[in-house]
Amino acid sequence: MSRIKSIIGLLGLYWLPLIALAQDGVDNRIDQAVKPYADAVSGFIFSSFPVNGVPIPFVLVWLILAAVVFTFYFGFINLRALRHGFQLVRGDYSDPTATGEVTHFQALATALSGTVGLGNIAGVAVAVSLGGPGATFWMIVAGFLGMSSKFVECTLGVRYRNEYSDGSVSGGPMYYLSKGLAERSDKLKTLGKILAVVFAIFCIGGSFGGGNMFQANQSFKQVLAVTGGDASWLADKGWLFGLVIASFVGMVIIGGIQSIARVTSKIVPLMGIIYVGAGLIIIGMHIPQLPAAFTAIVVGAFSPEGVAGGVVGVLFQGFKRAAFSNEAGIGSAAIAHSAVRTNRPITEGFVALYEPFVDTVVICTITALVIIITGTWDPSVDPSQGVALTSRAFESTISWFPWVLTVAVILFAFSTMISWSYYGLKAWTYLFGHSLIIDITYKLLFLAFVVIGASMQLGSVIDFSDAMIFAMAFPNIIGIYFLLPVVKRELNEYWAEYKAGTLQKFGKAANRV
Amino acid sequence: MAQLLLVGIDSSACCQRSVDYAAQLAGSANARLLVLHVIEWSPYSFNTASENEVRHKRREEELDRAYAELINPVVEALTAKGLKVEGMVRHGHPAKTLNDIANEKGASNIVIGRKGSSRMKAQLFGSVPSTLVQIADVPVTVVP
Repeated sequence: MSRIKSIIGLLGLYWLPLIALAQDGVDNRIDQAVKPYADAVSGFIFSSFPVNGVPIPFVLVWLILAAVVFTFYFGFINLRALRHGFQLVRGDYSDPTATGEVTHFQALATALSGTVGLGNIAGVAVAVSLGGPGATFWMIVAGFLGMSSKFVECTLGVRYRNEYSDGSVSGGPMYYLSKGLAERSDKLKTLGKILAVVFAIFCIGGSFGGGNMFQANQSFKQVLAVTGGDASWLADKGWLFGLVIASFVGMVIIGGIQSIARVTSKIVPLMGIIYVGAGLIIIGMHIPQLPAAFTAIVVGAFSPEGVAGGVVGVLFQGFKRAAFSNEAGIGSAAIAHSAVRTNRPITEGFVALYEPFVDTVVICTITALVIIITGTWDPSVDPSQGVALTSRAFESTISWFPWVLTVAVILFAFSTMISWSYYGLKAWTYLFGHSLIIDITYKLLFLAFVVIGASMQLGSVIDFSDAMIFAMAFPNIIGIYFLLPVVKRELNEYWAEYKAGTLQKFGKAANRV
Repeated sequence: MAQLLLVGIDSSACCQRSVDYAAQLAGSANARLLVLHVIEWSPYSFNTASENEVRHKRREEELDRAYAELINPVVEALTAKGLKVEGMVRHGHPAKTLNDIANEKGASNIVIGRKGSSRMKAQLFGSVPSTLVQIADVPVTVVP
């Protein structure tokens, strides 16, 4: 353990000079210096094998395979528990004497604010452009499969969380990998420990990268786009944007000014609703084209025209964007879900089904429909310009919408950063233990990366950190395979009670059959 | 069994009058009293992960404080007058929780004070008494 600690300590210090050099002109040199290493790591994690001429990254196959296995192993839990999940979120089974605790709804909402973000806006535009309308179909399929992964993760997250004497709780893959595997056998105990540490390292990397730099970078790009592109006053002031965002994030995570977080946590769902509402309005205004759009989605899914790699190519685009957007199998959301107050861990699994459902099946599909129906998709799009494409699609019908979208993008990015700073910190304290200095060190590093992400064009560093998020799927899913019987046992017990109607309902729900 | 009166109190000073009034009613009708404080809370609020982590602890603190600062002094004062009094603290929507507890405990009447907020404010944000009057299943006495 101590060796691992010192290695991570060095990695942390290694980043520090970057902060000092966060100025124009220097970023290129740093990019060049880091590129070979970053490329090697992201190349390894995203290492692909060609199918039908399309390079398919192994990690994607890994995620989808796991989701398919979980779906079959639990007998299509993603579909059959949807109704019960809704009852739980609605509070039918919540004891009124326990009000004031973290409810299923609150745990779900917190986890969702970490997942709904740029992936739903930018990623989908890229998928539809590169894969054609048919990518939407596979995205929805992947969304449904991902629900099974979240079900397993979040059940385990609650089951193996740590409850401390002061009443606070900590959960997530670090805990279920180490405690869960140790429970199964002595041999697995060592493996569990290793997986947990590897997971924590990747999680810290992901929290600096995809959960932070990528968000800062992309939201700055959208701000630039609406303020006039290269001619914008802000064009070379990414560091300023980064500092502003970092100071807000800092006020929340270091200053403990929860009111800012509370305000955003109220505005973010509102932005989500506005986004979905605007999407539905645009779809409504183009209603005559809707049947054609659906035909294009279904036909395009099985016999795409002009898509590199044919069906494999379109399937890949859809699956990839779904996986990027809902993070099912990555393990991140299990950390957020673990805070729920329940004595039946499996209930949080049912509730977690709604996360990929809302994120991918609802929000991503709306983005895709808007892009298809307005005919804005463009096969020659640069994958880094996804937000701009979605922005154009909305603009074509609602001219002022890019401004709203900009606010939405910044807020989504902000809430994703807050969530990931928490995930990263949990992983960090898992490795290094709890103390004020350890906490502050992580938080300062996190803020530094906000500025770096906004001010630099560190393409390869961002790829690298994106790779770290997906790397989390390896230790996480290996461990989950060993723990499947635990979840199965719990599911069978609970489901029998549910079917027999012996679970206690409260309030009005008690009178409903 | 003796009648039960439910008294809702909040942190504002208004409540002394409603408590006195309820005590008087209870004394003359030989009724029991249940003094309830509702901590405003919604199961559908949006919180950050770090808030959720310590929520259980916070809840305990909120309950302890409400008992210590609001409920216990009132209960002690009324008990000293020779009344049968119980205290209770719940999280939830104030008016809805008052009505739910009244139903649950079989209270025959709810006594509640009003803050006398301006008309403008009451129009915009509503007030606990006016909401309670709309939804209550038992008679409500609003003490000015």
